[in-house]
Amino acid sequence: MLKGAALGFAGLALPLDRANASFWEAFFQKHFREMNDAEIKKVISRLEKEYAEKYKKAITIGNEKPLPGVLYGYGLDLSRCIGCRRCVYGCVEENNQSLDPQIHWITVLRFKKGEKWVDLENAEKYYNPETVPQEDYFYMPVQCQQCENPPCVRACPTQATWKDPDGIVVIDYNWCIGCRYCMAACPYGARRFNWAAPTRPSEKINPNTHYLGNRPRYKGVVEKCTFCIQRTRHDPGRYPACVEACPVGARKFGNLLDPDSEMRYLIKHKRVFRLKEDLNTNPKFYYFFAYGN
Amino acid sequence: MKRSLVMCAAFLFICAFILHPSFAESAQQELPKKLFVTPPPFSEGIFPCSQCHAGMPVNRTPRKLEMMHQNIILKHMPGGWCFDCHNPDNRDTLRLANGKIIKFEESYNLCGQCHGTILREWKNGLHGKRTGYWNGEKQYYLCVSCHWPHDPPFKPIKPLPPPVSPSDIK
Repeated sequence: MLKGAALGFAGLALPLDRANASFWEAFFQKHFREMNDAEIKKVISRLEKEYAEKYKKAITIGNEKPLPGVLYGYGLDLSRCIGCRRCVYGCVEENNQSLDPQIHWITVLRFKKGEKWVDLENAEKYYNPETVPQEDYFYMPVQCQQCENPPCVRACPTQATWKDPDGIVVIDYNWCIGCRYCMAACPYGARRFNWAAPTRPSEKINPNTHYLGNRPRYKGVVEKCTFCIQRTRHDPGRYPACVEACPVGARKFGNLLDPDSEMRYLIKHKRVFRLKEDLNTNPKFYYFFAYGN
Repeated sequence: MKRSLVMCAAFLFICAFILHPSFAESAQQELPKKLFVTPPPFSEGIFPCSQCHAGMPVNRTPRKLEMMHQNIILKHMPGGWCFDCHNPDNRDTLRLANGKIIKFEESYNLCGQCHGTILREWKNGLHGKRTGYWNGEKQYYLCVSCHWPHDPPFKPIKPLPPPVSPSDIK
């Protein structure tokens, strides 16, 4: 039996120079949710060492657990959004997205007013006028909707993506095999694939990261919005980067279980809808209209 | 004698009620806890206004400004005038319609005189922008951080570049 295993590993034909301790540690890394705190700590220190070598600077990887009694929710005021894409690039800076090939976690869609309501097939995402907002158009940023019933999680064959108790759907980039089934399953087009090794100059790397969030990714893994898990999963926790980037204050964020939160106020007092509600994905991303129509 | 004792007890009871911290708190609490407003966005070197205005006589006649503040063309409230909001007797403060003098830091109450529903939504976190901590200290942008009070509508801005289209990838 052991002999067979040994033969099997020999069959992997590893180049000898790569077969160091760190490589084998990565190879035998357990599933994230099956590791205890000590094992996670070991994995994190290995990754921190790898990143320090690659980016020539110290990058800290957090492993904050979900806060008890918290279910994150997001609100986006469609009557205020002007489609300026400040959120898109605020997100890129915070979450270390690749510059080339370009990865954006947020897509801002432009719709013509007064036509078929949320006509996704005819939405425009490459609009580029001199100034926004333009007359006769409205804008709808789309990112991961953090579904309570996420189809992507069910599609993943390796359980590399799952929903944490605070409602954030996370990905373990060290467990993802890049099959992209989750991307096919997501009705919102929220997941992005690293077709090539992500590139980001070291001085532009945000060194405050989370294991399940904005730490540098690899070629061949899927990534997406995590509600800025590295910022929000603290007590007190900061607002996501897109909330702070929005110049018109269209973006709201809070705890759905806290009756005094701004999220609960807006759900109670405003007309809200969720994207593709009929699919029973039960998103925690609420679009609303603070005024008008 | 007996009557005065009862009166005295009632008085003490009322005093205790008023002095009770929870009562005092609810009366004074203007904004929810853990909420701070950003500093007013003055143009550089313009505040305190009294550095120029202190010795100047007050001219209350509505007119086109020619010596200073030429950039201010009031497009808010037709027929309005400086002293609808600014305090003629102390320019470092603002004045509500009911005569109450307030600081620039509290200008939201001035805006709220007309825009009451917006003020309510601002206090509840719906209108306007908040930064800071979702479950802790938040900075609240004043109305005037985004809306120039003399011409309030939000001005169009240039959008950041669109994503790379697959057809652009060589």
